[in-house]
Amino acid sequence: MVRLITHNLLACHVRGCNSNNFPLQFQDVQIGLREAEFNPDFLRGFLPKIEWNALVDSARQLGDTSLPAEQPVMIDDDFLKTLHHVLLEIHVEEGAMVCPNCKHVYPISNGIPNMLLADHEIG
Amino acid sequence: MSRPELQAPPEIYYGDIEAKKYTQNTRIQQIQADMTYRALELLNLPPDQPAFLLDIGCGSGLSGEILEEEGHTWVGVDVAPSMLEVALERELEGDLFLQDIGQGFGFRPGSFDGAISVSVIQWLLNAETSHPSSSPPRRLTRFFTTLHSALRNPSRAVLQFYPTSDDQIQLITSIAQKAGFGGGVVVDYPNSKKAKKVFLCLFVGSGGGQQVPKGLEGEEGEEAEDRAKFERRRQREKRRKDSKKKGIKDRDWILRKKELYRRRGKEDVPRDSHYTGRKRRPVF
Repeated sequence: MVRLITHNLLACHVRGCNSNNFPLQFQDVQIGLREAEFNPDFLRGFLPKIEWNALVDSARQLGDTSLPAEQPVMIDDDFLKTLHHVLLEIHVEEGAMVCPNCKHVYPISNGIPNMLLADHEIG
Repeated sequence: MSRPELQAPPEIYYGDIEAKKYTQNTRIQQIQADMTYRALELLNLPPDQPAFLLDIGCGSGLSGEILEEEGHTWVGVDVAPSMLEVALERELEGDLFLQDIGQGFGFRPGSFDGAISVSVIQWLLNAETSHPSSSPPRRLTRFFTTLHSALRNPSRAVLQFYPTSDDQIQLITSIAQKAGFGGGVVVDYPNSKKAKKVFLCLFVGSGGGQQVPKGLEGEEGEEAEDRAKFERRRQREKRRKDSKKKGIKDRDWILRKKELYRRRGKEDVPRDSHYTGRKRRPVF
């Protein structure tokens, strides 16, 4: 269950991979849509943490273009609903995430990404 | 039996069978739930505000389920694939990651409003290979530094664990402090062997206002008494066995019986006197 809400927080943690390691790029993904409960308070609280450009990019990679390229200043309910759908209802089931810098591949199977590193990659 | 963390690494110990057992055992469920509620209490989150929490070593999501009930959104990491599989079956809301916490997290700075962990970090205290990257201090350092950066300022992390010695507590707290955390250890029910629980209560950015909360005192929680249901009965029975048995056919009983026989019209009921029911002393 990789959702964009967590993907947006996830950077590569391979040893020495400190710059340009965010956001991880999706590869060969299969997505599933599952409804989740709409919670505007939570979204409002979460908004400051979001890297907007990364979110829009990753959403486009998953084939969702409903988000505006610039983060809107006015936050209304319609916007929150779109955001809710993008952040919480799109689940990546299979595929992989690739670090744009060191090209480390984090495979996703059954909705669970494998974040384990080999011995020489541990920081 | 020796502690699970001494038997095998977590991803092997919690295989398919153990993962199922762990999740279905009602006693474990109860203990996990109690500790999760206590950890949430120690987290001291602002009331009525949904938070974004990290569950370190989420396992099959027993604690995540409680976080959901309390209205929080959570992300769980665990190193045992079988446990995560069980968590998937349970259809929880949180996102799950297969991750070795000793290798550190890759979360962006300030991602989480808090972190909890139930019975996990003792697993970091054993070296599984001789490779330098699996030495416990190094893994702990990596864990605490990346955790510290993943948390928002100010926030808290509450980690319950089972130390085997004071040295272990010392090691863990010193590494946590080096990683930039404030706070310390909270011990609940310190005088009870069974109910004693150690929580590492860590603060990010104390701001001077935060104090380490007090551990719960007393022998055991009330729930704990509930759980050991037959303990009291067993004690009572033991006491009864120990104490010398008093005869039931004492004077009162004899008088009652005689009264009854008389009422029924039985003949030859001996009359009552002050010798009734008295022991026949050996004749001199």
